[in-house]
Amino acid sequence: MGIDGKIFYQLILKQINPIDKFMLAHAIFFYIFSLIAIISAIMVTASKNTVHSVFFLILDFISISCLFIMIGAEFLGMIMLIVYVGAVAVLFLFVVMMLNVAQQKNQWFSSTESSKHIPIGLIISVVIFFELTIVIGGWKFKPDLLSSMTLKIDTTISNTHSIGNILYTDYVHIFQLSGMILLVAMIGAIVLTFRKRSGVKKQSYFSQISREASQSIELVDVEKNKGVNVDD
Amino acid sequence: MINIGLGHYLTLGAIIFTIGIVGIFLNRKNIIVILMSIELILLAVNINLVSFSIFLNDIVGQIFTLFILTVAAAEAAIGLAIIVVYYRNSSSIRVEDINSLKG
Repeated sequence: MGIDGKIFYQLILKQINPIDKFMLAHAIFFYIFSLIAIISAIMVTASKNTVHSVFFLILDFISISCLFIMIGAEFLGMIMLIVYVGAVAVLFLFVVMMLNVAQQKNQWFSSTESSKHIPIGLIISVVIFFELTIVIGGWKFKPDLLSSMTLKIDTTISNTHSIGNILYTDYVHIFQLSGMILLVAMIGAIVLTFRKRSGVKKQSYFSQISREASQSIELVDVEKNKGVNVDD
Repeated sequence: MINIGLGHYLTLGAIIFTIGIVGIFLNRKNIIVILMSIELILLAVNINLVSFSIFLNDIVGQIFTLFILTVAAAEAAIGLAIIVVYYRNSSSIRVEDINSLKG
């Protein structure tokens, strides 16, 4: 009575109705992506090479954005891909390679000086995790605790459309404020990393613009058979 | 197990948050990894906001996630600029070497 794997799978699929099929697919994809996210998050903190941690950070962002797209926040998933993978992770990679710190050895459990931090850090993290799970569990036993239905998601329009409807009307001031934050960050990064170099010839706009005809033109009476010394 | 609800996403967020905190506490390498752990923590917060937004049928969570993305990008840029300046001055960004405040 050996049952074939394919037939067994078809039997299982027949027994569950179509809604359960979607839920099964959702569950499988959720577990795959969250497993990848958790493993890569661990590898970000634990890998020996800093460049490898940046790559695992990219993998983490990609899997989380897949989760976002899966549960119906497509715009945010795509923005996460563009902003994090396209900009922030590349910035990290650029700095890591520019500073030449990738070869530094990791001393997670070997160094004696760092080993006294490890138990305290682990204890504090375990306590934080248990507190978070207690909060989540307590929320699950009372699901109608939060009933905030301020701005409902309109299912007739797309996710991007509904975000734009709210973002550019109710939250337009905060939106502009976030633009100011980006401007300040840009100016701050430029000011921090800017340095004056000595010995480099530069264009002086001020002296160029403030030059006038009276200072730059000089009428000289040229004497016969002597010429003018232009270099003075 | 099969019914994926809000609790699963919140647990995922809690796990990633804790991993980020562990990365900050136990890091002995360089500050760039600490910045990456901060990005992980912000990512966990984003997971919480988006899952609450979807499951409570409220769009405001996704809008706040957008603002958190903006602040995270600004923070990464400024932090990396500070690290570059520090590396220029002291030619090391190891966590053990940064002890001028005797903390």
